[in-house]
Amino acid sequence: MIHKLTMPKWGLSMTEGKVVVWLSEDGAEVDAGSEVVEIETEKIASGLETPQPGILRQVAQVGDMVPVAGLVGVIADSGVAPAEIDAFVAEFQANFVPEEAEEESVSAEPETIEVLGKTIRYLKRGEGGEPAILFHGFGGDLNNWLFNHEALAANRAVYAVDRPGHGGSSKDVGSGTPASFKDTLHGVMDALELPKAHLVGHSMGGGVSLDFALAHPERTLSLVLIASTGLGAEIDGDYIDGFVTASKRRDLKPHLEKLFADPKLVTRQLIDDVLKYKRLDGVDLALRTIAGQFFPGGRQALVLRERLSELSVPTLVLWGCEDRIVPVSHIEGLPANIETRTLPGAGHMVQMEAAAEVNRAIISIWG
Amino acid sequence: MARKITFQQAISEALLQEMERDESVVLMGEDIAGGSGTDGEMDAWGGVLGVTKGLWGKFGDRVLDTPISESAFIGTAIGAATSGLRPVAELMFVDFMGVCFDQIFNQAAKFRYMFGGRAVTPVVIRSMIGAGFRAAAQHSQCLYPVFTHIPGLKCVIPSTPYDAKGLLIQAIRDDDPVIVFEHKLLYTIEGEVPEESYTIPFGEANYVREGEDITIVALGRMVHMATEAAEKLTQDGIDCEIIDPRTTSPLDEDTILESVEKTGRLVVVDEASPRCNMATDISALVAQSGFEFLKAPIKMVTPPHTPVPFSAALEDMYIPDAAKVAAAVRDVMGHKAQAA
Repeated sequence: MIHKLTMPKWGLSMTEGKVVVWLSEDGAEVDAGSEVVEIETEKIASGLETPQPGILRQVAQVGDMVPVAGLVGVIADSGVAPAEIDAFVAEFQANFVPEEAEEESVSAEPETIEVLGKTIRYLKRGEGGEPAILFHGFGGDLNNWLFNHEALAANRAVYAVDRPGHGGSSKDVGSGTPASFKDTLHGVMDALELPKAHLVGHSMGGGVSLDFALAHPERTLSLVLIASTGLGAEIDGDYIDGFVTASKRRDLKPHLEKLFADPKLVTRQLIDDVLKYKRLDGVDLALRTIAGQFFPGGRQALVLRERLSELSVPTLVLWGCEDRIVPVSHIEGLPANIETRTLPGAGHMVQMEAAAEVNRAIISIWG
Repeated sequence: MARKITFQQAISEALLQEMERDESVVLMGEDIAGGSGTDGEMDAWGGVLGVTKGLWGKFGDRVLDTPISESAFIGTAIGAATSGLRPVAELMFVDFMGVCFDQIFNQAAKFRYMFGGRAVTPVVIRSMIGAGFRAAAQHSQCLYPVFTHIPGLKCVIPSTPYDAKGLLIQAIRDDDPVIVFEHKLLYTIEGEVPEESYTIPFGEANYVREGEDITIVALGRMVHMATEAAEKLTQDGIDCEIIDPRTTSPLDEDTILESVEKTGRLVVVDEASPRCNMATDISALVAQSGFEFLKAPIKMVTPPHTPVPFSAALEDMYIPDAAKVAAAVRDVMGHKAQAA
């Protein structure tokens, strides 16, 4: 068997990626899920995993710009003749037509639904299976899952949802209370006609998912909490304040750098994207309202730690060891029904910094 | 998210959304409602290049056709701004601004200061700038340095559809007089623009491109010339950083200096006439506050000090283009080789 290793589409606007460095030698034997090549886009850099084990053939050279879905390398079973691989590569290259940026017909596009009088934007990837919902954190959007969404959607429909006040959803958050976000999640599941779903929440999206799972166990298949709020009172209040108030690149940058173990991941493009979001009418009020409800005085208002033992669904808590926003110590001393996992070398955006490990852990709890 | 519209549509959408949001926003200008005055033709024009087309039908008498007397209607707009409206006046070509300098320089720009901060003048004047339109010497100037020179005026020069919408909305909501300079050759370019309203703060430069070797500061249409040059120069191994200040008053001095601190080299591209323009202003800023960062002399890419020629061949030679920008960058980079 010969498998293609193609340029992924990390985020809605990605059209091509650059091969920065090969992490595995040409001809090396690689395991499924191992990162074999470092890819850089205008927004971010990350390792690309091979979905299958086998022998690596490097196709793209270091420095090459490869369009999304273009061939980066090939993974072949041992015993496949080199000539056969040559023919496979030649045939792929002869037939490959890069997707035009204008068309965007091949890749998934976000859609919107009406929930409790608000427009909610979501991106669906994958089909069938037990569905899953990805819920981002404070100030984020569905692009926070750019390294996860495709991998998680291999065998099921996975919906990444923009919460009210965020991304492409309505900026009106009303009271902005934890209960209102819980109700929104309920409404999203109704509108998408999902009687039950696996819930994956990052940061404040985790806190809301936990709140929902406790209130609606009958609609929750499993729960994954990533660097989640709701498990202790501590949070970096300076980060929340700084993120809300910064209106210029120079002011925002130091706050965004706190999100990652490696501050180099905060590119100008990433800062620009956050600024573009923060400049939209209504976002400032939304963020201030949410921060006031969830993090008054720089402390978490919604702490559900004592109720974790009530959870009857499989629950996994993941944390980056270098989280500077919500302390990793919140993962300690959780009840026995909760599976936990800490990831060294990753900060608060652990699903981006340690994407491969996070994806594997989530898929394993889904069973 | 990925919706693309033209620069012209971005301006039109900003006007539409602000007029819907705030009924004190009114438009004034020559031919902006229609101009012919005949039935059925009232909404046909929408200004000389059709930016305000469709707005008369939606907002009726909040879109005012004016006589061809710039001094009269700019004065009217400024007066209306001091008494509660937020007028957006369209003055076709910046070249015609000369007949209303007193209204702009001596009245609008001075009220806040002379009334001890107790008066506001939330007027916006939109005007077309730039050469390359075969429109001859009286319709092709840039002139933003003249207005940047006047304390009390804010000067905005968008280079992309995204910036055009966000800066114009900011201009309308701003309590000071703002002049928005729109390059006529940018109207047809397309770019991603959010459907929602948003504002871009004044005095916040845009990093158009990140690079390590040299900083190019460029404004308006020149941003695109700089980008074209930077792409060519990549093949020679020269990594250009491009900064678009977006507004010349206020000017984001910090970002320019921060970039030059990193690269140590500066080229400024300015389509305005070369004496006392933004190229000289920004060069002086860096010479004064960033001299220790510089590894080579600053280079300015500007047109010659002449009126814009009507001859197409001469006009093409007059405008700074990507080749001239690239040549200037190579010159500055070459200086390093000599020094080393």
